[in-house]
Amino acid sequence: MRLTPDARAALTRAGFSRREFLKDSGAFVVGFSGFSGFSGAGLADELGLAPGVMSPILAQPPRAADGQLDSWIAVGADGIVTAYTGKCELGQGMQTAQIQLIAEELGIPVGRVRLIQCDTSMTPDQGTTSGSQSHPTNFNERNLARAGASAREALVRLAAARLGVAADQLTVADGVVSVKQDASKKVTYGDLVGGRKFSVPMSPKAPRRPAREWTVLGTSVPRVDMPAMVTGELEYVHNVRVPGMLHGAVVRPPEVGATLVGVDERSVLALPGVVKVVVRKNFLGVVAEKPWQAMQAASTLKATWAPGVGLPGQASFYDYLRSQPSRDSLVVNSGDVDQTLRGGVTTMKATYFHPYQMHGSMGSSCAVADVKSGSATIWSSSQAVFGLRSAAATMLGLKTEDVRVVFARGSGCYGINGADTVSYDAALLSQAVGRPVRVQLSRRDEMAWENYGFAYVIDQRVGLDARGTIVAWDHESWSPTLGGRPGSNTPGNVVTGMLAGFQPAAFAPRTPAPEPAGGFNNGSNAAPSYVRGRVDGAAGGTGTIASERVLTHTIRSPFFTGPLRSPSRLQNTFAHESFMDEIAARVKADPVAYRLRHLSDPRLKDVVSAAATAAKWQPRPSPRPNLSRSGVASGRGIACVLYEGDNGYCALVAEVDVDQSTGRISVTRFVASQDCGPISTPDGMKNQIEGGALQGMSRALGEEVTWDGTKVTSVDWRTYRSLTLGADVPTIESVLIDRRDAEAMGAGETTITLVAAAIGNAIFDATGARIRQVPFTPDRVKAAIAARASV
Amino acid sequence: MSIELKVNGRSHTVDVDPATPLLYVLSDDLGVRGPKFGCGLGQCGACTVILRGRAIRSCVTPVSSAANGDITTLEGLGTAEKPHPIQRAFIDEQAAQCGFCLNGVILTAKAFLDQNPNATDAEIRQAMSGVLCRCFAHVRMFRAIRRYAARLSPGKNVGPPALIPDVCSTERAV
Repeated sequence: MRLTPDARAALTRAGFSRREFLKDSGAFVVGFSGFSGFSGAGLADELGLAPGVMSPILAQPPRAADGQLDSWIAVGADGIVTAYTGKCELGQGMQTAQIQLIAEELGIPVGRVRLIQCDTSMTPDQGTTSGSQSHPTNFNERNLARAGASAREALVRLAAARLGVAADQLTVADGVVSVKQDASKKVTYGDLVGGRKFSVPMSPKAPRRPAREWTVLGTSVPRVDMPAMVTGELEYVHNVRVPGMLHGAVVRPPEVGATLVGVDERSVLALPGVVKVVVRKNFLGVVAEKPWQAMQAASTLKATWAPGVGLPGQASFYDYLRSQPSRDSLVVNSGDVDQTLRGGVTTMKATYFHPYQMHGSMGSSCAVADVKSGSATIWSSSQAVFGLRSAAATMLGLKTEDVRVVFARGSGCYGINGADTVSYDAALLSQAVGRPVRVQLSRRDEMAWENYGFAYVIDQRVGLDARGTIVAWDHESWSPTLGGRPGSNTPGNVVTGMLAGFQPAAFAPRTPAPEPAGGFNNGSNAAPSYVRGRVDGAAGGTGTIASERVLTHTIRSPFFTGPLRSPSRLQNTFAHESFMDEIAARVKADPVAYRLRHLSDPRLKDVVSAAATAAKWQPRPSPRPNLSRSGVASGRGIACVLYEGDNGYCALVAEVDVDQSTGRISVTRFVASQDCGPISTPDGMKNQIEGGALQGMSRALGEEVTWDGTKVTSVDWRTYRSLTLGADVPTIESVLIDRRDAEAMGAGETTITLVAAAIGNAIFDATGARIRQVPFTPDRVKAAIAARASV
Repeated sequence: MSIELKVNGRSHTVDVDPATPLLYVLSDDLGVRGPKFGCGLGQCGACTVILRGRAIRSCVTPVSSAANGDITTLEGLGTAEKPHPIQRAFIDEQAAQCGFCLNGVILTAKAFLDQNPNATDAEIRQAMSGVLCRCFAHVRMFRAIRRYAARLSPGKNVGPPALIPDVCSTERAV
């Protein structure tokens, strides 16, 4: 059992030796509740607790559900506080924010907090680091925040016993508990706890630090990992090296669905460094002494493949989606939409198209696995270490508890890049050779086989009354899906698992859709912001439109799909916010005022108004008056969202220049306003807004997965276009709305959700041309301009 | 084949296939963390090192062509405790998210600005046009690069230029 050097350093710093963490080689970390260096009884006695409440030495890794403070926080003899979290740093700043949280709750400087992230043998199982859920999960009343408050309460109680005064006579500062009236009477955290467990349950009533008194949270603490990142010192999973490690390379099928017929191992066995050719059903890889040797061997290896399954044509793909067996769901259904739309109102309809897009991580994905006969350790940048663990165990034929997944930093991942699948690659190869194996995917293998963001085709229809108010909204979408995150023993959800013989999660067509029940859920923002969202008699939406129907069709995808940043939320919101703009233009209403007229949620209205004010929005209908039909035209557009219906308010204004002869779009300015409750790290939130805005711009203007009759053809940075550092980028202004009495929400996916719609609306404002298909390539913009109505 | 490499001022002798890309030798034989495999095609910049004063793509550069040349990697500039001025600028601007691209961004900008200290913003942008950041921390990165450029050329007017974005933030408490 090996720790990465950085993890080892963190543990050492926290006052624990590696030996204390590890039971024996081949067995697992017993969990920090079972450190041999800890003795629980003493503290339980001091805290006045019966021995029965002490946590036993854990035979299994701890879980959040065990409710024990020791699962979350340990205090070393040197006063260093080590916190254990199931939410990891992906580049979004969550490491620093969680350190701030612990520092704030415990009254210590950030430099005295260490954070252990996502190790199945050491940290609580908090599911996946995803869905902009880390902030709501760990910064509200539960989990890590509760642990911080519980630890502070326990420390004060210990100090009261030690100092012989009542707890309410004590004050905490800088990791020292002292008597308010006599500062000479004091004791440090390290003296109170160092080397021992708390052995107490989490305290449901331990007081949180009130937001109005924050000194660490709510401030822009610099990222703790930044100095190591800019100097090349940070350990990414790509840098993990373990003794005896070999290097693997995989050989993916030449076509989607191709099956392996035969392999000529002799074609590579004489090459330098080659150790073994590994076959498992359709999985094929090579292990060598060095990475370059492995890659050379993989490209030389002679393998015979049966033809693939063939792919639906890309040009007619959106029609194809409408014709397939589907799984249907109703998000809302007031039952009267058809009747309302027939009832003498003005109707409007439009269809929107969004392509498959990819995570396209900067670094191709990498993992190291060490599989022995009865156990395995995998170093991975997966966002789901626990899910990966169970699925890897299934694939390797091991028990889940005998697999350990250790998170190591990865190249930016925005959902599920190749991190999970390459972890299986490394595990299969390691199992075959009985030694640790590192695999880093080629660029082609990363991009041709990742779990893409969903393609969508969306039909929108509304009815307007005589005053131009929307009285009915009808939404119907078609979207393909296949696989997703591994977990729940589904290794087939990513390509390696499927090649090795496991099926993706089953696809079960279902028509018609059952009526919505169980309360309103906006269905990945399938429900527009402007409907009431009435389910089971209660309105859970953010709008005013009573006649509402949102019907979704899921189709089996020819490619793997997964949750690319703002999955479905972005595609749905593009359609909603573009259509809302079309409706406003039809009734000659200002797009901001028209949105506000159909919204009921005050916080959503506030972000819309805040963005408009900051952008100096001039109220008027789109398109702009006195349009010029040639040359460069300028315009502005707005879009808004309550992400997932409860996880972050955002509005975005975009200003663009459109070259009407070339179709080229230049975005000149973004103004974003955001309300995610109390802001833990203002600069971190701005960084997310800025990155989301530009990633959204790259996706809106240029990114699209392409394929031919048999295989994906967007397989590098020439065939899949990303904005480079040389691109002209707009100014980005952020209006951060800090609501300290509200619950913490997510901030990572709000802005990106709005970008395509805001840009598309600005293009319309500038030119009178509506573009309904992402990406807004020059050809599509020119076509839209050519097709525009005479204005 | 035995090849001499001078990396960050230290000499190493490696015994490798001379066609091996320099990146693999740095990462796997010498354990250097700065240069990273991004695409293996010279398209993204993640593997950049400075060889004989020029930023090159080590993923497509045979190790033999780097023999005896001075190679500087990201960790050769400064340390977390004592960062190089351009690294300091990136820290000051908090100019990264995942950080995987930083190697290419910082070394490409440094190599260009060291030879073109009076470069215009458009020229800097041109120099950066082959470098990717998929977290899209572009705005901050350009601020950091300009901060370093201003240090190299203190007489240069570094007021807000037309092409370089600036972020203004309003932080409203409600």
